[in-house]
Amino acid sequence: MDHRPQAWGRPRDDVYGAYDASYLQSGGPKTATQSPIVTGTSVIAIKFKDGVVMAADNLASYGSLARFTDVKRLRPFLSTSVVGFGGDVSDMQFLTRHLNELAIDEAYEHESSPTSSSEDDPNAPPAGQLNAANLHKYLSKLMYRRRNDFDPLWNQILVAGFDSASAPFLASVDLRGTTFTSPSLATGFGAMLAQPIMRRYAATEADAARLTREEAVKVVKECMKVLFYRDARSLDRYSIAVVTKDGVELSEDEQLERQSWAFAERIKGYGTQTV
Amino acid sequence: MFRNNYDNDSVTFSPQGRIFQVEYAAEAVKQGSVVVGIASKTHAVLVAIKRNAEELSSYQKKLFPIDEHVGIAIAGLTSDARVLSNFMKQQCLGHRLTYGRNMPVRTLVEMIGSKAQINTQHYGKRPYGVGLLVAGVDDQGPHLFEFQPSGMTEEMVAFAIGARSQMARTYLEKNIDKFADCDREELIRHGLRALKESLVQDRELTVDNTSVGVAGAVKADDGSTKVEPFKVYDQQDVTAWIESVADDKEGAGAGEGEGMEVDP
Repeated sequence: MDHRPQAWGRPRDDVYGAYDASYLQSGGPKTATQSPIVTGTSVIAIKFKDGVVMAADNLASYGSLARFTDVKRLRPFLSTSVVGFGGDVSDMQFLTRHLNELAIDEAYEHESSPTSSSEDDPNAPPAGQLNAANLHKYLSKLMYRRRNDFDPLWNQILVAGFDSASAPFLASVDLRGTTFTSPSLATGFGAMLAQPIMRRYAATEADAARLTREEAVKVVKECMKVLFYRDARSLDRYSIAVVTKDGVELSEDEQLERQSWAFAERIKGYGTQTV
Repeated sequence: MFRNNYDNDSVTFSPQGRIFQVEYAAEAVKQGSVVVGIASKTHAVLVAIKRNAEELSSYQKKLFPIDEHVGIAIAGLTSDARVLSNFMKQQCLGHRLTYGRNMPVRTLVEMIGSKAQINTQHYGKRPYGVGLLVAGVDDQGPHLFEFQPSGMTEEMVAFAIGARSQMARTYLEKNIDKFADCDREELIRHGLRALKESLVQDRELTVDNTSVGVAGAVKADDGSTKVEPFKVYDQQDVTAWIESVADDKEGAGAGEGEGMEVDP
């Protein structure tokens, strides 16, 4: 018995002579992305009483090389939601293009229709557009579908905005299509380093509902600093977005302020040891 | 002798620029019994006359729920309507699954519009022989749409399609200004009165032949919207509404003051 799968179901060599192997495909099975290449590190976000704050640094790493230092990893959607991408940057770019198409379709559908609900507030977004909860549901289906094709989009994504009851909304979806939600969320290293800090301020939904915007921004900035100190794939330039009922305020070139590396002296165990 | 050479398929124009197959399909809509739809600021209603093929048979359904928030009324070939209805149900369900929300009514209607239009452009296909009134509520409030076999769709304040529907439309045109601010019950009564207009002489609305469908989105004082899912009412559920319009004089409500006067 020939145990090589290539030989199965083919004429026996000892009877019919050697099989012309040029008919066989030598490349093996099709393989999709097996690991991310150019990556973004943590995205962090926390809810507060009238919205959500999200932040991510502007670095795209190529392995341990800080390859691109001006990559924007937060993007607004329909100026009512914000999507933050951790993980593979090319997959992020694919998703960004896809979301652009979705946003254009949505804007067209709701452009001409006379909006009955915006009478009282002319600045309100057109009623019926995809909100953050709808967008998160859609992205989760997309990610899960790609996982089932064994061709995952190698990202963990945070979606921030509002749900259909106009309450602040924050949820995550990863490359397997796993979804979860919490008053504060962080991807990648942030899940270890920033999440415990954010939980001190918003452990429960009730806590988050008491948090002011200023407090939330302060917590997020503090977390970005901790991440820059301890995450070796991070950068001190970052983007921060605040989603409220009035829309999305996105600042894409923030600089970490008041850094103190005094603690570094006491760290032992890395690099050249003088003692 | 004088055979029409331009009505064999739906891809050939006549020298006058008409597509006869599409026009014949529009005739099929006029064969169906009448359905009326009206939308106010808070509700969208459909009312319909059901027909029975013979005295011993049941009445053919005219109103169909599509999803929680949408329903249709049909006039024309019921079997064609089933195809469209199944398609609409699937699209609504798919939309709910992928986005977690009700499909906007306009999006849904444009989908069947495109689907029907394709049938008017391919050799060997035929247009759907059915017209629809689509009523539903979404985040933008209540809507009423008309759908024609040609693929034409249009948003309406109020409309009627089917046999003798011109009479009902005349009633609706006379009362169009009242509909926007009508409450649920008033709107249904307007629908039933329009329906009565188009009845032939010796027929009247009964619990057996009348269907009513309602969807609503009522704004509460705190700004939240309470959605009333689309529901079809038949039989004893429509008794009260029929009785409430029964004592109207012939054509009453149609013209205040200009109606026929009874002899002194």
